[in-house]
Amino acid sequence: MTVYLVRRLIQALFVVLAMSLIVFIGVYAIGDPVEILISPDADQIERERAIRALGLDLPLWQQYLVFLTNALQGDLGRSFVFNEPALRLILQRMPATLELAFGATFLALLIGLPLGLYAGLRPNSPASKTIMAGSILGFSLPTFWVGLMLIMVFAVQLGWLPSTGRGETCSVLGFIGITPCSSGVQWSFLTTDGLAHMVMPAINLALFKISLVIRLTRAGVRETMLMDYVKFARAKGLSPARVTFVHVFKNILIPVVTVVGLELGSTIAFSVVTESVFAWPGMGKLIIDSINVLDRPVIVAYLMIIVLMFITINLVVDLTYSLLDPRVRLENKGT
Amino acid sequence: MSQSAIGEAAPAAPRKDKVETPFRRFVSEFAESKVALLGLVVFAIIAIIAILAPWIAPQNPYDLAQLDIMDGRLEPGSRNGSDTFNYLLGTDDQGRDMLSGIMYGLRISLTVGAGSALIACIVGASLGLLAAYVGKRTDTVIMRLVDLQLSFPSILVALMILAFLGKGVMNVVIALVIVEWAYYARTVRGTALVERRREYIEAAQCLALPTHRIMFRHLLPNCLPPLIVIATMQVARAIALEATLSFLGLGVPITEPSLGLLIANGYEYMLSGKYWISFYPGIALLVTIVSINLMGDQLRDVLNPRLKK
Amino acid sequence: MSAAATLEVRNLRTHFFTRAGVVKAVDDVSFTVERGKVLGLVGESGSGKTVTGFSVLGLVDSPGRIVGGEILFHGRDLTKMSEREMRDLRGNRIAMIFQDPMMTLNPVLRVDTQMIETVLAHKKVSREEARQRARDTLGMVGIPSPDERLMSYPHQFSGGMRQRVAIAIALLHEPELIVADEPTTALDVTIQGQILAEVQKLASTTGTSLIWITHDLSVVAGLADDVAVMYAGRVVEKGPVSQVLDVPLHPYTAGLIGSVPSRNKRGEPLRQIPGMTPSLLNLPPGCAFRTRCPRAADVCLTEPGIRELQPGHEARCFIPMNTPTEQAA
Repeated sequence: MTVYLVRRLIQALFVVLAMSLIVFIGVYAIGDPVEILISPDADQIERERAIRALGLDLPLWQQYLVFLTNALQGDLGRSFVFNEPALRLILQRMPATLELAFGATFLALLIGLPLGLYAGLRPNSPASKTIMAGSILGFSLPTFWVGLMLIMVFAVQLGWLPSTGRGETCSVLGFIGITPCSSGVQWSFLTTDGLAHMVMPAINLALFKISLVIRLTRAGVRETMLMDYVKFARAKGLSPARVTFVHVFKNILIPVVTVVGLELGSTIAFSVVTESVFAWPGMGKLIIDSINVLDRPVIVAYLMIIVLMFITINLVVDLTYSLLDPRVRLENKGT
Repeated sequence: MSQSAIGEAAPAAPRKDKVETPFRRFVSEFAESKVALLGLVVFAIIAIIAILAPWIAPQNPYDLAQLDIMDGRLEPGSRNGSDTFNYLLGTDDQGRDMLSGIMYGLRISLTVGAGSALIACIVGASLGLLAAYVGKRTDTVIMRLVDLQLSFPSILVALMILAFLGKGVMNVVIALVIVEWAYYARTVRGTALVERRREYIEAAQCLALPTHRIMFRHLLPNCLPPLIVIATMQVARAIALEATLSFLGLGVPITEPSLGLLIANGYEYMLSGKYWISFYPGIALLVTIVSINLMGDQLRDVLNPRLKK
Repeated sequence: MSAAATLEVRNLRTHFFTRAGVVKAVDDVSFTVERGKVLGLVGESGSGKTVTGFSVLGLVDSPGRIVGGEILFHGRDLTKMSEREMRDLRGNRIAMIFQDPMMTLNPVLRVDTQMIETVLAHKKVSREEARQRARDTLGMVGIPSPDERLMSYPHQFSGGMRQRVAIAIALLHEPELIVADEPTTALDVTIQGQILAEVQKLASTTGTSLIWITHDLSVVAGLADDVAVMYAGRVVEKGPVSQVLDVPLHPYTAGLIGSVPSRNKRGEPLRQIPGMTPSLLNLPPGCAFRTRCPRAADVCLTEPGIRELQPGHEARCFIPMNTPTEQAA
């Protein structure tokens, strides 16, 4: 297990390095680095001083090393717009994105697993066919448009839910009790108002994943139900509930958890769209705003952070997978 | 497949036009699904509308001389200012006929979607063939690149590229191609690896045919079925992704509005209840994507050799 | 029927209603299994022997259905029982062992989970007692260090060991009847022999009746008391094993015996039954075997019934092997 872990960590390190190189080349070599890094208002002397200070007169590979060294120290540059360290900007907005992504994942499992299970157990019933047709629609619907329609129906027409923003937030890691809801990391899901604000964005972001979970679960159930061990479990006189929820479900959970886990990264990435629709102040909205005003240090910081997140998620999913599936666990022990 | 078709059909079918060619069998199997046929018909209509937009649209929505700002944000069914036609789907803030806007928008969405899918297909399929046929280090390098790319979601890759290159139609196409080529490469490589072990490739090699000829004339045609399925699905994905990028303001410029930009345009008016500016372009987008996906689903069933009996 | 019969199947018919038509997988099958006796159910794949086994346990899945006949277990008709009552019997008084040991144990559950759940499904005992029972049974089927093995996952066992675990699970409640569906086919010959010997010992000591489904006549010869030969969903011949194997009455049985390689002389070409098993979807009228039968005659175009041709020895044939062919011609 340790050998496996170390090997995976080294692999991950290589991917981070490769991605940092791509981002570096993308931002520093394709664009004009002077324009990117130095405020357009600076005069000639300032510019030259800045070029030297930033090491832009050095060869490209040395610049990359400097970039890498700074990045390792947590310095990914300062935002032109906010005049704050880009990294801090991203980290401030990360909780909003994370709670949205986790909320959506939770919803996807909560809705997708039972529907997929039902559709798999009774594949020919009209309800199952409706579920499957719905899942095709879920794959085809453009997320941003669905978001707009949700706002139109539930916020504008019916007035049930707030249309945009994050609502009231509450601090957990700050000083609860002394200065409630004002310092530390802010979370929406801890207040009623915040939850109301979160419902539509979370559903919107979950839409695609719900379809995915339904399809995966259904396919898994149908495949597993044909296995001898399910018939054997029935031949042992177990109750249908035990056969379904222990023998079938545990086998399905492995691929579903793997995919949903791997999809967490893509959920975070796709929250860019949902955040823009619902004006949810997360890192996705920040990156879109930053691309629009060419605030490149923030773009670089976002890309590096999200790459790190992806690699972490992949690693965690792999490890969880090996915990869930005894066969994988043993193979890895062997190698 | 062609061998068995000729072998079975020739003696049984005296009339020449009844011979079951692989293509005919493909058509009849595809037509077995009524839903897929519906998808095909709907998509054909959409494509025709997009092609003929300049001739059938009530107005040219981008000819400012034809627009009347006084007609801005009119409800669907309103009569236009100069009393010549009705705004069936209403107008946007510029007084632009939404129906015409959608017709022109479809042109751009389909062109960008199909165009990028085609380029990605050519690039990806070539690299996939190369990886499978040459193997060794070439294969490793190409497939590592594919793996790396596919481990990141499409929207992130597209965002990254647009962040580097800036906005614009060309850049969107480049971004879509970079997002998509890996799917084609992986699919073609997978099929080609199986096919290249077949006797007909050995035979071609024994004839000392040039490598490019074996790759493109012998190997590629046999990799086509999965490629067609992937290409269909990827066109739908490309259209959806382009719409998303345009909605985010990173895609096509305002002078060439695709469906995504039309929807974004209506965003601010929706809160005041003027739903049609965003609603109808969204429906057009949805119908386009669903019709392509329905065809793709059936194509996958028909062209999947594993489901053949 | 004798008072000692554990199971009596009468005119069982199990059909599958597929889109292509009705598949008569089991069509008019009757046999009796006495207490403590072993019935060998022999046939090629697709002859309906596995479906017969599943019918006894009430595990026939859609689109299949028992459409006729009776399955009397100690005189009670299983086909009329509710699913709830059947569940109480399954794994408890009637157990089943499957063909492929690699597939019968759930790969993601530990062996103890899979055994304990079986105990708890039928007995109100504590988990500890259930574990005790599981351990004892594992020891009984010859698994060394059962305590350790309980904590393992199926993939950590060899094929033979897995089949022993499956047998142990079947034995947990000391059932009166075990349906064993080719349980040794997937195993090495030596392991096959060990398992056969142990099963035989268990059957004779505990009084458990066995239906041993197989296509291997040599297994039947060594293990079974009675044998029923199935062809295309029907029992074509049944009787005491010595009689059926020594003096087969049905040409199909004779063909099967003739095609066992060890019976052929060295250097002679191997004998085989010509043709293929017919599709159950469109069985020709009359005797299903007539297209492959060397003795077939016009009379075979009508459906033969099963007749007792010797005491206790029945066959479904107009021109059985003990009559000269000229009679029909």
